[in-house]
Amino acid sequence: MELLDLTAVELGKKIRQREVSAAEAVEAVFARAETAEPLLHSYVTFNREDALAQAEEVQKKIIAGELTGPLAGVPVAVKDNLCIAGELTTCSSKILSDYRPTYTAEAVRNLQRSGAVILGKTNMDEFAMGSTTETSWYGPTRNPHHPEHVPGGSSGGSCAAVAAQECFYALGSDTGGSIRQPSSFCGVVGLKPTYGTVSRYGLIAYGSSLDQIGPITKDAADCAAVLEAIASYDEKDSTSIRREDLHFTEALTEDVKGLRIGIPADYFGEGLDEEVAEAIRAAANILEEQGAVVERFHLSLVDYAIPAYYVIASAEASSNLERFDGVKYGYRTADYDGLHNMYKKTRSEGFGAEVKRRIMLGSFVLSSGYYDAYYLKALKTKALIKQAFDQAFEKYDLLLGPTAPTTAPLLGESLCDPLKMYLGDIYTIAVNLAGLPGMAVPVGRDQNGLPIGMQLIGNHFQEKILLRAAYTYECATNRQFEKPADIEKLQETCREKTVRNTVEKKEEVSAGKEVQAR
Amino acid sequence: MANKISDEVMDYVGILAKLELSGQEKEAAKKDMEKMLDYIDTLNELDTSGVEPMSHVLPVQNVFREDVVTNGDNKEETLGNAPLRKDDYFEVPKTIG
Repeated sequence: MELLDLTAVELGKKIRQREVSAAEAVEAVFARAETAEPLLHSYVTFNREDALAQAEEVQKKIIAGELTGPLAGVPVAVKDNLCIAGELTTCSSKILSDYRPTYTAEAVRNLQRSGAVILGKTNMDEFAMGSTTETSWYGPTRNPHHPEHVPGGSSGGSCAAVAAQECFYALGSDTGGSIRQPSSFCGVVGLKPTYGTVSRYGLIAYGSSLDQIGPITKDAADCAAVLEAIASYDEKDSTSIRREDLHFTEALTEDVKGLRIGIPADYFGEGLDEEVAEAIRAAANILEEQGAVVERFHLSLVDYAIPAYYVIASAEASSNLERFDGVKYGYRTADYDGLHNMYKKTRSEGFGAEVKRRIMLGSFVLSSGYYDAYYLKALKTKALIKQAFDQAFEKYDLLLGPTAPTTAPLLGESLCDPLKMYLGDIYTIAVNLAGLPGMAVPVGRDQNGLPIGMQLIGNHFQEKILLRAAYTYECATNRQFEKPADIEKLQETCREKTVRNTVEKKEEVSAGKEVQAR
Repeated sequence: MANKISDEVMDYVGILAKLELSGQEKEAAKKDMEKMLDYIDTLNELDTSGVEPMSHVLPVQNVFREDVVTNGDNKEETLGNAPLRKDDYFEVPKTIG
């Protein structure tokens, strides 16, 4: 399985040098997925025939010299909230279980232009609402490092697929930590770019002012290459930013000398697991040894990010999800009496519990009489949180802390207490409110072998600093924490413990075939 | 201060959200929402007087462009997604008596 051990950029190079063909790469990940999928369920759809057809096309263009980029021919997995024309795009929801978009997300188009081979769509929390990938209508994804634990969420399928080598890299989306937290839980690298860097066109919206698409990869070099490929100004996204410098791979230098790193002391308070805290401190020490200037400081308002987020994100979600009404696409209830009854029944049957919870909360905070007290108050809090970060970035080039307070929780542990689950996003959510870039990088394992990730937070447009620090850290630690999950060992564990598979036979999954786990 | 939501408010929110919750679901949703609102109320500890509500963190303005069609005719694909269609229309239940 040597081929699977390659990073995306390494594989791309071998493909360009004709040592490996794009089709061989597809076959390798497909063989892995055949073994891993019955245990993990990272994918909603895995499209082998279509991927092989793409691989053939891409190969021709590589030979003809039309595709010369670092990702040409490299197989990628795409989160199932990103539209691909003609391909099933479900958001892991019953309400979109038969939806085939007529257009392709700009970020995916950018990958296609770079010669990417798209393998399929990955599982996620329904409409990206959740932190565990357990709210998926298709059933949960499991953590490839430990099958009784969640992979995190909402981009849990993408992160599990990368960690289990079921793809060479993946796309995720991040509204409150949905790239960084599962990346941390699965031991992979994940980056949420500055708001506006990657076009949201074709990303099925959750919280539009917070959503960003980003790379999920095996290491920092891949992360930079993928970000460089997907970032673009796009007039189809009215919040797209025209950035001058998108050459993120230039940042891959081993140099943090004099880099001012601030550690928010507030991130090390109550609720932080001691093993996680220790790993993050050790990572900070390593960067300090490499010449960075590390200092603890007080970042204010940390406790107010989550309540502000749930008001804003739920409000936006309640508005964004109004479009799912059983008329233009998706599920429609079987029996109804008139138009309004059809709307209500369709939505009530089509959405899962967490989605309904947020739509209800969002509708409430936007309703007359409560708008000022909740929605406007949250937007004012957001302004203060942004200010707190502005002050921090006057003193520091980069902030460093944990991505999540704990490692991946056990399956079934989180959903019974939503508020507790929400609190797990305490370190990631403020970054979305302030529109900043944030990156998760593996820095250790806990006693159960579950990965621990540090979070690097930069000022607007400073992705390069994050990538440079991550790359320097990787070099200094010999990438020892970025090892993939051991699938053979996982198989054994599952055999021994006869872990109940939530997904039945996944081998049958072929072109566009829907996986009905329920 | 513990939030209490009346059944009337829940019904009203259900209308806004276009969701029909069963009796049991409604009770659970009410409890969830009360708990969330108690938590959200911690924002009241913050003095936000004089603070402008911030919708966008970066200075973005309305973007204008010429209204030119750039995509092709996707009629069949678009209507193909409809749960119910009649000829070239989306079919909905009768709305006028």
